[in-house]
Amino acid sequence: MREIEFDTVVKTVRDLIIHCSTDLPEDMYNALKTSVEVEKSPVAKAVLEQILDNAHIAKTEERPLCQDTGLAVFFVRVGEEVRIKGGLLRDAINMGTEQGYKDGYLRASTCHPFTRANLKDTIGYNLPAIIHFDLVAGDKIEIEYAAKGGGSENVSRARVFPPAAGKEGIIEYVTEVVSDAGGNPCPPIVVGVGIGGTFEKAVISSKHALFRDIGTENPDEELNEMEQIMLEKINNLGIGAMGMGGTKTAMAVHIESNPCHIASLPVSVNIQCHSSRHAHITL
Amino acid sequence: MATYHLTTPLTSEDTRQLKAGDVVYLSGVLYTARDAAHKRLVELLDKGEELPFDLEGSVIYFVGPTPPKPGDPIGSAGPTTSYRMDSYSPTMLANGSKGMIGKGKRNQAVIDACQEYDGIYFGATGGAGALLGKRIKSAEVIAYPELGPEAVRRIEVEDFPVTVINDTYGNDLYQMGREQYEVK
Repeated sequence: MREIEFDTVVKTVRDLIIHCSTDLPEDMYNALKTSVEVEKSPVAKAVLEQILDNAHIAKTEERPLCQDTGLAVFFVRVGEEVRIKGGLLRDAINMGTEQGYKDGYLRASTCHPFTRANLKDTIGYNLPAIIHFDLVAGDKIEIEYAAKGGGSENVSRARVFPPAAGKEGIIEYVTEVVSDAGGNPCPPIVVGVGIGGTFEKAVISSKHALFRDIGTENPDEELNEMEQIMLEKINNLGIGAMGMGGTKTAMAVHIESNPCHIASLPVSVNIQCHSSRHAHITL
Repeated sequence: MATYHLTTPLTSEDTRQLKAGDVVYLSGVLYTARDAAHKRLVELLDKGEELPFDLEGSVIYFVGPTPPKPGDPIGSAGPTTSYRMDSYSPTMLANGSKGMIGKGKRNQAVIDACQEYDGIYFGATGGAGALLGKRIKSAEVIAYPELGPEAVRRIEVEDFPVTVINDTYGNDLYQMGREQYEVK
């Protein structure tokens, strides 16, 4: 069985977080560049230019892209033939998260749900991380990370429809969620849609859908077509960059679909702001 | 869509010339506060007690910055979503404040209060925290340090770029902009 040192995981996670906080991924950067060229609203165009300027400043001066440096969200696929030497994988990820947020001068944003007391001095700096584990074949550990801000989470929604709602019902619901959100989630956004499974499976799928690179096609033809229909409907809403009116409200719609119960049709919509800070690494 | 350069504190004369969609470069002093600080400030006002800063003509920035790197006055500092301040903003405007900077739509009570008290709701670009943080030249916590990123700070800005969302005439850029570009 292959072994990976605990400290290797800690350092990998720490570095990934710091890098992500200042370096906008290429897929979003390119999508923004294209949007500036096609955006019809001068106000929205100015906003998009500011977002691109911000990306340059963040990268060259190593400043966080956004002050909401998010909660740390991980999807971790652990090979069944690998183990961590010197501690638990969960602890290593949490320790790397704390170090990354502290050393990168990022904001500690976790708090108690009722008292709202910041947890940095009790549980840890921006801890706990949100970690979704999966077991897979092989001797590797694949870590996908995203810094998930509050504004776009606040407008995300999930609902279990009766099966009769069908594809049309899903398309209508996703468009409605984005319409109600307006400028709050910092458009241009990416829309993650989770369909099927159980209630929580749909929600987790909608989160994971956000990790897919903008510009990549859904391998499922039917879902790919649905994504294009939804994207057009969303961009027809007129919300535009930061909600100030415009033709580019979303960069992409990404769907993940699962088999579900004969009685249900769960649908979840998770929104990602334009500061789409995500990365993945294999150990 | 006109462009203005204004220095705080703002007067009614300053705010009445602005229309939804105008771009404004603000210089001077801003005060930062999010929901937790607003709750405390409005409680003081309700009790008739003195605030930690002068509200007259003030502009409040809804922001919770990242910690500064050594040598910098502040970290990244873009706007947070404003609706969480909706229940407090009319009281702030009624007591002399003239402007707010945030992102996202406000409720009708805030839009009405802007009209009644010559207030402006400015939108800054969410997610442009590095760019906006650089326009902040100094920062000092003046109240509620225990709130961490949510403490009240007195910050000095230079050419801080904002867009007028709600003006003193009841206009709303979010509604106007959307109607203009909506494809039915």
